[in-house]
Amino acid sequence: MFVINCPYCGEREQSEFKAGGEAHIVRPKQPTELSDDQWAEYLFMRKNIKGIQFERWVHTHGCRKWFNVVRDTSNDMIKAVYKMGEKPPTK
Amino acid sequence: MTKNLRVKTSRFIDETYKVSFKFNGTTYYGYKGDTLASALLANNVHLVGRSFKYHRPRGIMTAGSEEPNAIVQLHKNTSRTEPNVRATEIEIYEGLEASSQNCWPSVNFDIGGINNFLSPILPAGFYYKTFMWPASFWEKYEYFIRKSAGLGKSPKEPDPDIYEHKYIHCDVLVIGAGISGVMAAKSSAKNGYKTLLVDEKPYLGGSTIYQNSEHFKINNQISSSWLEKEINEIKKIKNLEIKTRTSVAAFHGYNFLLARENLTDHLPLEQRNNKTRHRLLKIRAKKVITATGSLERPLIFNNNDRPGILLSSAIEKYANLYGVACGEKNVLFTNNDSAYETAISLNQKGINIEAIIDNREEIDSKLINEIEKNNIKIHKGYTIVDTFGYKRINKVSIMKLSKDGQKVIGSKTSIDCDCLGISGGWTPAVHLFTQSGGKLKFRDEDQVFIPNIYPSNQISIGSCNGEFTLDEILLTIPKTLKEFLNLKDIDFEDLEIESSFNKSKRNIWLLPSDKVIGKTKPFIDYQNDATAKDIKLALREGFRSIEHVKRYTTTGMGTDQGKLGNMHALGIISETVGSKMGELGTTTFRPPYTPLTFGTIVGRNVGEYFDIFRKTPIHDWHVQNKAEFENVGQWKRAWYYPKDGENMHDAVQRESKAARDSAGILDASTLGKIDIQGTDASEFLNRVYTNAWSKLAIGKCRYGLMLNEDGMVYDDGVTTRLDENHYIMTTTTGGAATVLGKLEDYLQTEWPELDVYLTSVTDHYATVSVCGPNSKKIVSQVIPDLDFSDESFPHMSFKNAKIGKIKCRVMRISFTGEHSYEINIQANYGKSVWEKCMEVGKEFKITPYGTETMHLLRAEKGFIIVGQDTDATMTPIDLQMDWIVSKKKYDFIGKRSLYRSDTIREDRKQLVGLLTENPDEILEEGAQIVADIKKSPVEMLGHVTSSYYSPNLKKSIALGVVKGGKNMMGQKLIIPMEDKQISVTVADPVFLDKENKRLNA
Ligand SMILES: [Zn+2]
Repeated sequence: MFVINCPYCGEREQSEFKAGGEAHIVRPKQPTELSDDQWAEYLFMRKNIKGIQFERWVHTHGCRKWFNVVRDTSNDMIKAVYKMGEKPPTK
Repeated sequence: MTKNLRVKTSRFIDETYKVSFKFNGTTYYGYKGDTLASALLANNVHLVGRSFKYHRPRGIMTAGSEEPNAIVQLHKNTSRTEPNVRATEIEIYEGLEASSQNCWPSVNFDIGGINNFLSPILPAGFYYKTFMWPASFWEKYEYFIRKSAGLGKSPKEPDPDIYEHKYIHCDVLVIGAGISGVMAAKSSAKNGYKTLLVDEKPYLGGSTIYQNSEHFKINNQISSSWLEKEINEIKKIKNLEIKTRTSVAAFHGYNFLLARENLTDHLPLEQRNNKTRHRLLKIRAKKVITATGSLERPLIFNNNDRPGILLSSAIEKYANLYGVACGEKNVLFTNNDSAYETAISLNQKGINIEAIIDNREEIDSKLINEIEKNNIKIHKGYTIVDTFGYKRINKVSIMKLSKDGQKVIGSKTSIDCDCLGISGGWTPAVHLFTQSGGKLKFRDEDQVFIPNIYPSNQISIGSCNGEFTLDEILLTIPKTLKEFLNLKDIDFEDLEIESSFNKSKRNIWLLPSDKVIGKTKPFIDYQNDATAKDIKLALREGFRSIEHVKRYTTTGMGTDQGKLGNMHALGIISETVGSKMGELGTTTFRPPYTPLTFGTIVGRNVGEYFDIFRKTPIHDWHVQNKAEFENVGQWKRAWYYPKDGENMHDAVQRESKAARDSAGILDASTLGKIDIQGTDASEFLNRVYTNAWSKLAIGKCRYGLMLNEDGMVYDDGVTTRLDENHYIMTTTTGGAATVLGKLEDYLQTEWPELDVYLTSVTDHYATVSVCGPNSKKIVSQVIPDLDFSDESFPHMSFKNAKIGKIKCRVMRISFTGEHSYEINIQANYGKSVWEKCMEVGKEFKITPYGTETMHLLRAEKGFIIVGQDTDATMTPIDLQMDWIVSKKKYDFIGKRSLYRSDTIREDRKQLVGLLTENPDEILEEGAQIVADIKKSPVEMLGHVTSSYYSPNLKKSIALGVVKGGKNMMGQKLIIPMEDKQISVTVADPVFLDKENKRLNA
């Protein structure tokens, strides 16, 4: 069970959080102008990386805030956390 | 047969405290401090069970938690009975009753023993190959397999014991209180770290504490005396907590560990009442020091499983710690120096040793010299090729090993014995390390896996790190600890160590025999009866991956997870396929390290505490009025209110009729309620619902449908505009939390620019819903100051009101199709408002109805229930609810998905009404719907989602989803049932009051 450093509350047990899938997938501003394939790309296609992955988490049983996590899926180590809207760390 | 094999007083055994216990019905005596195993051995009992497949007699093999054979059932046929308990771990107490499991009818005459003679036809994979064919016979085979095999019996009565969970946070956790663990705990605690030291055994000191040899000294003291002083010292350190009888079950990522603290299993039953039996410790440690020691390896040779064959180190422990001789004519068989430590201990205690058989040809060490001085015969360069004796070993035959160790040469000689100690060297106990995600490396010189890459802030020390000799351990540990704990000084830096252990070893995974392998039984996994022969067979049949071989042969799949034999399995595989050990990898060790009881896992969450349940503020009234309840999510909802012995059908028919004929009342408090405020609240609703919200006037209500981005219906409910920038949204009972979560997600991550605030107010309001033609007459008496005229208070509108001094919100909305009102009031007034409605409603025969009637009433109107009539594959178009999907809105969640190539298919499953030919025939929910029963295979068109007998229409009605159902109006379809076929006609899903006249009745 991870310890996740909520950017608003600090370190908490993983059981307080919920994972929300891959981060930085922006909802298209004009969905109606997209082809089926383009829309499907947004809707269904997700990476499943072994290694560094950017993902969304929410502090469900805490501040209820969504934020981003950089996690190495090969060993579950969390490399960084940052708020929604912030740029992902480059290194 | 019964003999006293107690040899000498041991300071760990209290000989003034005699304990009587029963094993297989016979009474025996032992002493306080004995384990069941040591007490049985002291009584000369070796035969304790039968093996799983061949039902071979098996005896006690080890003296610890790695025991594969001596697993017993405690207190058979009582509520405290427990299967699969290791006799080597359970401490005896007055009144203990244990019995062999896995034998029928008795351990001495076991009918399954015949499998042993049939074993040529019971090879690896036998169960898979034979009993699975023909498939229909499995049930018959299973009966006999289960009866004659099976590992123990689970209790049938409720567990009378108490279990609990506890969280522990510490700076440093030390696992294992052997010499390494004690040194680590002392260094850590004395340097100010909050430290926890745990050990599975009832005493501290590991295997060093019962050493009594001049050959191992620390600062000129015998190692056990030195360690005992250290232990006495650490017991006084304030910030060190020590827990014995505490076994770490799991080591998860981020240094999160589960341990089981055993508090009462060593007490007589009558002393256990009202005490916590096990405590599951949930430990979060900043640093973990693993000092779990190592396990002695057996040697793999023909018939290496007879009762009386033990690990050499176990024989030493029984002699030194418990003062018990395992036999009177002992033979030791080894490939390394460890067995000589055992020999010296036995010799010291006057226990006879017949001979030592050593795989090694040229050996020389102080230990060996001492044995030779005592005129004990050592057969150097020899191996055992066979053993004899059915229920107890009585003879071994030995032969000389060839130079390469692959064959035996020369002539065969026999040695009589009643006990055989075997030692194949040591395997570091890396189980917890690998559970934590650690990566191992293989050390060629002594053929062991040792920790290599640590995934978290942890370290392994001592023999679990591959440091096997006393000098190695004591010299490495101070340096390791200093670095790991950032220490300046450490107590153990200038120790003087004397250790006579020589590390030489001759490792042969599978010892040769004079017989061909097919005629031998060299056991690798004792509990599951897997032999080297089975592994070779699996390899011949093409299995290569260690994980596949493991499953096919069941090696390592018993309750002991193959702690003894896994290394040999790997060794034999790599030798046979010609790969290097390190490259083959190992099988995965999974938690728990030793089995946990279910009681420990669930802790206090039993009975009424098994799951949380939520009650509405009106719950007590429902209970008093004999409601039956149904679980909706965590809520307990009134289901129906049976009167005078009514069954569910009768109660629901009565309630449904009353609600339409006069008045009904429903507790709707469980509906999710979300308070929405902010200048962008209307825009927000526009984006999350399929219909338009900007033009909804203040004081008006609107029904909304919410989709997922994939276009599928997600939730529904009525939302009311309370003010310019203030709405109250209702959701389904089960969807409340997920809807709020989803809305927050969009607000925070996609539309952070919107000024909207969401608050869950589900628990803050009670909701009383009154419906029926007399509802207005009732509610207007409860709230006399409010204008209830249709002009002022029409359908789909809301009013602020007061009942006495208490503010409430009244909505005129309807889920039944009747004229109806919902009163929302501060939760603690809910029950009194309900009672007031009941009181004034008396003259109109107001009838409380539950969720079942609510479902029936809405089905008459063709209103959907999300989750019953939908299943995350239904779009609003599929539901024939096109009217609620705004064509004008540029975007809303899920809009684009409504015209994907898949969602516009004509032949999607669509919601329709279904009417049976026979109006009294009620369809089964979930039943399949087909058009042509004769075509093979029969094409499934859909299924029935809701079905009731409508007392108001006096006929059966149903909703269902049917492929292309929208265009099948009036068509006949078939519901095939087990005993009949029911003919139905596709109909409009709105069965009652299509013109909605009743809303204003
Ligand atoms: Zn938080």
